Amino acid sequence: MIKIAQIACGTEYSGIQEEINKAARLVNAEIVYPDVSIDYIEETTEIMGFNVKSPGLQLMFARARALVEGLVEADAVFLASCFRCAEGSLLKNEVRRYLQKNSSIPVVMYSFTQTTKADELLTRMEALQTIAERKHLLARKKQEGLTMGIDSGSATTKCIIMQDNEVIGTGWHPTQTVALSANKAVDDALKESKVKMTDIEAIGTTGYGRHTLGKQYKAQLVQEELTVNSKGAVWTAGCQEGEATVIDIGGMDNKVITINNGIPDSFTMGGVCAGASGRFLEITANRVGASITELSDLSMNGNHKNVSMASYCIIFGIQDLVTELARGVSKEDIAAAACHSVAEQVYEQQLQEVDIREPIIQVGGTSLIKGLNRAFEEILRIKPVVPKHSQYIGAIGGALLSSAFIGEE
Amino acid sequence: MRVAIYPPNSLILSDLIERAGHEPVTIMKELSDRVRDAEIDSPPLNITPEDPSKGLKWASAEAPSGVRGRLAVFAPIYEGADAIVALKDGPMNFGCLGCARTNEFLLYLIHSSSIPHLILAYPTTEEEAVCVVQRIQSFLAEVASHD
Repeated sequence: MIKIAQIACGTEYSGIQEEINKAARLVNAEIVYPDVSIDYIEETTEIMGFNVKSPGLQLMFARARALVEGLVEADAVFLASCFRCAEGSLLKNEVRRYLQKNSSIPVVMYSFTQTTKADELLTRMEALQTIAERKHLLARKKQEGLTMGIDSGSATTKCIIMQDNEVIGTGWHPTQTVALSANKAVDDALKESKVKMTDIEAIGTTGYGRHTLGKQYKAQLVQEELTVNSKGAVWTAGCQEGEATVIDIGGMDNKVITINNGIPDSFTMGGVCAGASGRFLEITANRVGASITELSDLSMNGNHKNVSMASYCIIFGIQDLVTELARGVSKEDIAAAACHSVAEQVYEQQLQEVDIREPIIQVGGTSLIKGLNRAFEEILRIKPVVPKHSQYIGAIGGALLSSAFIGEE
Repeated sequence: MRVAIYPPNSLILSDLIERAGHEPVTIMKELSDRVRDAEIDSPPLNITPEDPSKGLKWASAEAPSGVRGRLAVFAPIYEGADAIVALKDGPMNFGCLGCARTNEFLLYLIHSSSIPHLILAYPTTEEEAVCVVQRIQSFLAEVASHD
């Protein structure tokens, strides 16, 4: 059982401590609270020079220091404070930077409200558990044998068949019923690769429907998408050595993951607002009467500055776009503005929680929308790498990692 | 030497640095640069609409926009200086940013900065004031001699 150090302020008074404990139990992890003395807290505040007024926040920095100095042991860190606490957000960010600079312990940050539930924390806890407990598996750089990866995403289901470190078959279907959509994607991938299901030596499933598909296909690997996608991203981009940042904007959420030698060491996951997801672009495409593929070309011929958008929200932001269309703004400008809105929101709300490391690998279905690549380049002033098969990274990660289980029941 | 001060709008500290023969980096100059910048359409009211987003370099989106807007103006002062002199816990009329959170964070930035810095408590007696002035002068002389 791995130990996750909880470095947080306000959880017990927000009524969510049991939800955190529950999420940890579900991934077979134990929440621990680094024990420090009052003197140590005061000394830490003096040494760090961040003299916040809330003692609960001072305790957070002291606990982080105790971990770095090896006074307490933990395999991962869950760093959290109340949503909208100004002191908390400032200090939490610095504690995260301090931990990442001075240790190799994986860290995840979270801002909670009184309604935070274990389900929201589950993928994050599972990813922490995987990084801490299965480092040897995540260190795998080559796919071997004949394996399949299935990524049951919220918008689309993808299947990849790999043989001897090469992609030989792909399948892609919109997700309707998890099992049926997967069957279609698997059939297409088998057809393209010209192999039979009985030839497949190992299967890995990921994404929202991973548990259902894991049972259906008797998968050897059933793993959350944060670690699997990051593995697929570095493999496709050829960035398994050194550092990288993965931006994965999916159909209904987004993830930003920092990587060191192919293994994630920090990540952040959107989930509060759909405005920073592929769904926003899909709705925009519908409103301008274009397919999502056509939106990609439209966005490259438009200028977002010609559009007035007051909100990133999937309702009010789209309402702004509709108003601008009625005002006579071109479809191209609308498409560019939608891409800029998604990129800017990911920048403002996700990328602040990690230290960006180059290269930036942009993956997920939305990485095929050229206007979104351009928007990230404009905002970050770094050109993102969009590898071949960037929309299949979850399935590729599944096929790659599951090859470690060939021959196992 | 370019010497940044905290509070960044303290006229007393600014004067002290100038008398020691150095260039004080103050918020007054930072704001006046913005007012005179030909690329800004109309003089901003302290900050431009883009500044709270620029403040994301130091604080997350969750931090209040007023904190981020202040940081966008104040934090660069401490990154581009040759030395920093800070007086903490001063009264409001000594120099004021209007936000305790920004104050705490800026002092933390100064404390963890690799730029030579001196953080002293605001003096409350005449003897302490003399001592503070002497310490600032000897700090500046020491940093200048290394330069």
